[in-house]
Amino acid sequence: MTMNIAALALLDGLAYASLLFLVAVGLTLIFGVLGILNVAHGSLYAIGAYATATLGQWLVAQGFNPWLTFPGMIVAAVAVGVLLGGLIERLLLQRIYSKDPVLQLLVTFAVFMILENLQRMIWGVQPYFMSTPLTVLGNVRLLGINYTAYQVLFLPAAALVVLFTLRYFLRHTNMGAQILAVTEDREAATAIGINASRVYFMTFVIGACFAALGGALATPTTSLVTGMGANMIVLSFAVAATAGLGQIEGAAISALIIGIARSFAVYLSPEIEVIMPYLIMVLVLLVRPNGLFGKETVRKI
Amino acid sequence: MKKGLVAFALLLALALLPFAASNMVVFATMVMAKGLAVLGILVLLRADQVSFGHAMFFAAGAYTAAFLTAAWRDIDLILLLVATLAVTGIAGLLIGVFVTRYRGIFFGMINLAFSMVLYSILEKAFHITGGSDGLRIRRPTLLGFEFSRSEFDLVMFYVVLAVAAACCVLVGRYLLSPLGQALRAVKTNETRVEYLGLSAKSVLLTGYVISAMLCGLGGVLMGLVQGLASPEHAFWSRSAELVFIAVLGGQGHIAGAFAGTLVFEWVRTSAAALLDDSWQLILGVTLIAIILWAPGGLIQLWHRLAGRRTSSDRTGSESGVAE
Repeated sequence: MTMNIAALALLDGLAYASLLFLVAVGLTLIFGVLGILNVAHGSLYAIGAYATATLGQWLVAQGFNPWLTFPGMIVAAVAVGVLLGGLIERLLLQRIYSKDPVLQLLVTFAVFMILENLQRMIWGVQPYFMSTPLTVLGNVRLLGINYTAYQVLFLPAAALVVLFTLRYFLRHTNMGAQILAVTEDREAATAIGINASRVYFMTFVIGACFAALGGALATPTTSLVTGMGANMIVLSFAVAATAGLGQIEGAAISALIIGIARSFAVYLSPEIEVIMPYLIMVLVLLVRPNGLFGKETVRKI
Repeated sequence: MKKGLVAFALLLALALLPFAASNMVVFATMVMAKGLAVLGILVLLRADQVSFGHAMFFAAGAYTAAFLTAAWRDIDLILLLVATLAVTGIAGLLIGVFVTRYRGIFFGMINLAFSMVLYSILEKAFHITGGSDGLRIRRPTLLGFEFSRSEFDLVMFYVVLAVAAACCVLVGRYLLSPLGQALRAVKTNETRVEYLGLSAKSVLLTGYVISAMLCGLGGVLMGLVQGLASPEHAFWSRSAELVFIAVLGGQGHIAGAFAGTLVFEWVRTSAAALLDDSWQLILGVTLIAIILWAPGGLIQLWHRLAGRRTSSDRTGSESGVAE
């Protein structure tokens, strides 16, 4: 393995990790606050991607400035997150917060099946492409390698912006403080006048937007195929579990570990590329059952 | 006693099915084979643990049959079943030792991770596993007899019926045994179980191995009926499907496992006829409706419709006596 390939793998991994983080952070945020593992998260990712592709292709076909595809990605992601996420929370999740976690998991699985089917009905099974943002940003030279600026600069920057905005939002704004309070103790938070069901709604919508944003930003670098959501949910869970469910900063670190390990596997031994994330997850959980940064839960007698 | 009679009548009726509706035989065989795997999920549901990866044992069963029938041309079906039980039992033990350290969502998702590893291996290792095309499973012999395609379908029907009936009785006995009852105790409160001097981990591990073997049996029988072992069998949505069916049928009921599978497969086939490529949509809506309005599944609906058994008798039926 030459230095060149190592650098290439590192840059690949960085771009991939940024996308992984965006999706995983939404999953982990929702789990941390609502206590629900949202299986439909992968579908939101896929639909975010498809919506972006459709919007981007339309913008380009109408002859708009190709730079407009950047705000287009955000618009598509937020629209998908708010609309679908809001509907799912309002119509379904609100009814099941008091139910068995197993049933909650299954409800989100049912939503996943429905969304997966709708996505096939709307966009069909043909692969979609929309690489305009990739081409307008051009290439840069990093570590002696020509690489697309979109992947090595824009994606990591987007991930960092999300990470720090989320940190700021949770630690320094009123809404963020309310979310943290509800996470800590829902009853106590309600007692001091926090509208917990609104907090749940907001959290779910924000998480859904992150999933859709992950999909939107993945659009220029991947071809959109059916089944991309099913794969992403497992991957983002691996990232979230490795970090410890509910750990936001931890998710960034484990996304980096998994992303970079995976891209090195691509160059070193492509056979184990796909199983790399799970391998890391299993190894981490063997040593630390609650993930790298997770806390021990207290057992009730 | 009454239950025993009902079960016997049901068994008899099923055994006569090939004479009444011969076009339903393959469908019924597949339902029963898949129902066996759902039965495995049911055992774990007893302890309130859902595995989102049990399709790996299903796939392991099918691939065991594929490899063995490829290696020995006229291997016996009984031998295939025994081999599958051994393979999935050992695999269940090895994986179980690791996963039974976890509960709830972690338990489910770590199982999922294992199944995805198996899926990726099956799909990538083309020269051994045939890649995404999977492997063909040859028709085995049974007690030295060879069968033609149509004869074999009928033979498989009776084999699966016999295996399913035997498993129902055995699982029913297991769930009523102290070890099976301990599964419910794990669901209620694990710490108390340990104060009683039982190891929650080994209780769960026993259940896990049994459920792995049931899924393996389901897989090998399904593989033999379809004549194919494909990596799709191990994909995570297949595992989720099994959990879905278990909840659809009614948690904790042996009859529910098979009733759920029947309804699931029936909806899947008739949805395809109704509207192209819509079975996931229809099943998803069904699942949500069941969870919101009939969390006890089909069995509860049945009791409600039959108008008998109110809450006073619920505890009795919930202990899941074998039919």
